Amino acid sequence: MAPVPPADPSPSPLPAPKPPWWRDRRVVPWLVQAVVGLLVLLLIAFLLGNLVRNLTAAGLLLSWRWLQQPAGFDISESVLPFNAQLPYWRALAAGLVNTIRAVLVGLVGATLLGTLVGMASFSHNGLLRRLARVYVEVVRNIPLLLQLVFWYFVVFLTLPNGVAAIQLPGVVLAKSGLYIAGLGEGLRWMGPSLVNGVWQAPVRLSVEFGSLLTGLIVYSGAFIAEVVRGGIAAVPKGQWEAASSLGLNWFATLRRIVLPQSLRVIVPGLNTQYISLAKNSSLAVAVGYSDLYSVAETTLNQTGRAVEVILVLLAAYLTLDLLISALMNGLNRLVQIRER
Amino acid sequence: MKHLLRRLRAELFATRADAALSLVLISLISLGAIGFLRWAFTQAQWAVVKVNSTLFAVGRYPVEQQWRLWLLTALLIAASGATWGLIRAHPRPDRTGVLWPRNDRLAVVLLSLIALALPLALDLSLAIAGRWWGLTVLLVVCRWLAGRFGARLSPAGQRLAALVWPVLYLVGMVLISGGLGLVTVSPSEWGGLMLTLLASSFAILLCFPIGVLLALGRRSDLPLLRWGSVLYIEFIRGAPLITLLFLGQNILGFLLPGGLAPDRIWRAAWVLTFFAAAYLAEAVRSGLAAVPRGQLEAARSLGLSYPKALQHVVLPQALRVALPAIVGQFISLLQDTTLLSLIGLLELLGTARTVMANPAFLGRNGEVYLTLALLFWGCCAALGLGSRALERRLDPHALPSAT
Repeated sequence: MAPVPPADPSPSPLPAPKPPWWRDRRVVPWLVQAVVGLLVLLLIAFLLGNLVRNLTAAGLLLSWRWLQQPAGFDISESVLPFNAQLPYWRALAAGLVNTIRAVLVGLVGATLLGTLVGMASFSHNGLLRRLARVYVEVVRNIPLLLQLVFWYFVVFLTLPNGVAAIQLPGVVLAKSGLYIAGLGEGLRWMGPSLVNGVWQAPVRLSVEFGSLLTGLIVYSGAFIAEVVRGGIAAVPKGQWEAASSLGLNWFATLRRIVLPQSLRVIVPGLNTQYISLAKNSSLAVAVGYSDLYSVAETTLNQTGRAVEVILVLLAAYLTLDLLISALMNGLNRLVQIRER
Repeated sequence: MKHLLRRLRAELFATRADAALSLVLISLISLGAIGFLRWAFTQAQWAVVKVNSTLFAVGRYPVEQQWRLWLLTALLIAASGATWGLIRAHPRPDRTGVLWPRNDRLAVVLLSLIALALPLALDLSLAIAGRWWGLTVLLVVCRWLAGRFGARLSPAGQRLAALVWPVLYLVGMVLISGGLGLVTVSPSEWGGLMLTLLASSFAILLCFPIGVLLALGRRSDLPLLRWGSVLYIEFIRGAPLITLLFLGQNILGFLLPGGLAPDRIWRAAWVLTFFAAAYLAEAVRSGLAAVPRGQLEAARSLGLSYPKALQHVVLPQALRVALPAIVGQFISLLQDTTLLSLIGLLELLGTARTVMANPAFLGRNGEVYLTLALLFWGCCAALGLGSRALERRLDPHALPSAT
């Protein structure tokens, strides 16, 4: 709205004193921006100048040639084939793929758990409802890192081995790893089996990966449960009542009436939680899983290339976040109400 | 009794499916509880916590200097008690001032019980247990004194009393690190709960002004300020904290002229601060968005300058709306301090790792981690409770109530 000059009721004989130029409304914004911009530029120039000077002194001026040198360390668990003779960039790529693997499985698991718990907090059963609350309140108030080391050192590393391993249908939990049934040789369905005291199965997950996944899923699940709960609570109560007066039971009401409508509140919240899950996966280093961060740390310790390694890390995580955001924004467009 | 039975029936056994579910849940919960209790009382060896309780509290702080930490604790407790009492002595105008509402009595009883039981459970010597009991008495006495005589304080006096906290923070820094005639204790000797609280309180205090400025910048009409703030906030929020801490440890030394880079602990504390500021900015921004534009326009048309309008009209409303989100950020900041253990600092989790590396305590992970979890849970839950109490107190639409 353009400012309308007020009609002056009583023209005063003296014109109002003109404000000094630095208080002129056309100048102030530019002045403020110029001062702030100059300060920030000076700060950046100061920091960069120091960086270049110090790096030159240390003989570590920005260079990417070290990426081609053999890494010389092994990665205990890698989807991409990797050995110590391969160059550093292959090691970082293997770490990135490991990160993506943990994030993908974690996303699916946390979404399932969170949705179930979020639904449970609207159950008719008082016990189930309270259990859902207790889970959320306990998990959210304990640091994720503490939970991860708990799962790793207290739960997974104390699993028995060999015959004593915990055997569930299709799944065996042992200290040497988690063995899951799947399609084995010749596309036959195979369960875990004990061969010469060693468990074998088509799918084997390391305990490191298992603890990271469990920790991430349990932690993010609590946050997602809160998002889902908020989304369900945002659906008007009349929808519940209308559905049940049509004869739908509790589950059918949730699945067919309430959850679809709550999605447009839930999806933006999920975006935040997914991104923080992706970032939290970098805590894998605490349980010995070779994710991108842990490989990068080893790389830094061997090469001393701090600036380059940090740039790679930041670029990788920012890209991952942007990817998740883009996917979730697409999903968000799908679930929003479409009006003509 | 009849009422209880009826409620139990309505909540747990309303239908056949509900009853079956309840029975399954009850048996699972009791199995878990029995298993845990059996472990806690027969297999667990809690000596690892008892023996190392000092280590967990203050790390390797020199024993002969620990009186300074006791003094600081006493000062903090006295100030907390006084603040608590003053808040009760100056109830909001729309409430009847009750000096000892039920919640406060409950809190005092609970705190006394904890202070009584904890030293006994940890097998502390009588001298140390006695200090804890003394501190509890100090808390209650200060609470009572401030509540009894605080109402006579003039508004100027109240503002002066609030200044106690920043002053106390500076005094605390001197007491912990030395100087002004005290023996210097280098940051490498700080650790345990003390380091956790120090790092998180430092970051909480400093990230607040930075975060508010960033939030204002993000909503500013000036493109340079807006884009600068957006860039900073999104960059920080896109990177995992551990990579930023890593950056602080490995690159900050290169960014500053030789010798100017602070100690490792301070580097980590600064990284935490700048990290938390970006998240806090988003919380504050949501509060700012909730204040109608007319508020700023009305204030400006009354002749307030832009900064004055923000300070007296917009920010008080925005911060009240954003309070739950802000405290949520503080809680996650407190939890994030555990990441300092990954860069080799001995805060609570780092201390736990060094303890477990001791062959005498090999395999006692469960006991230690459960204790830490309980400690963190208590701190975070207390912050959450405090936030909700503050919310109620600041709620302009709250009804007068006696409690």
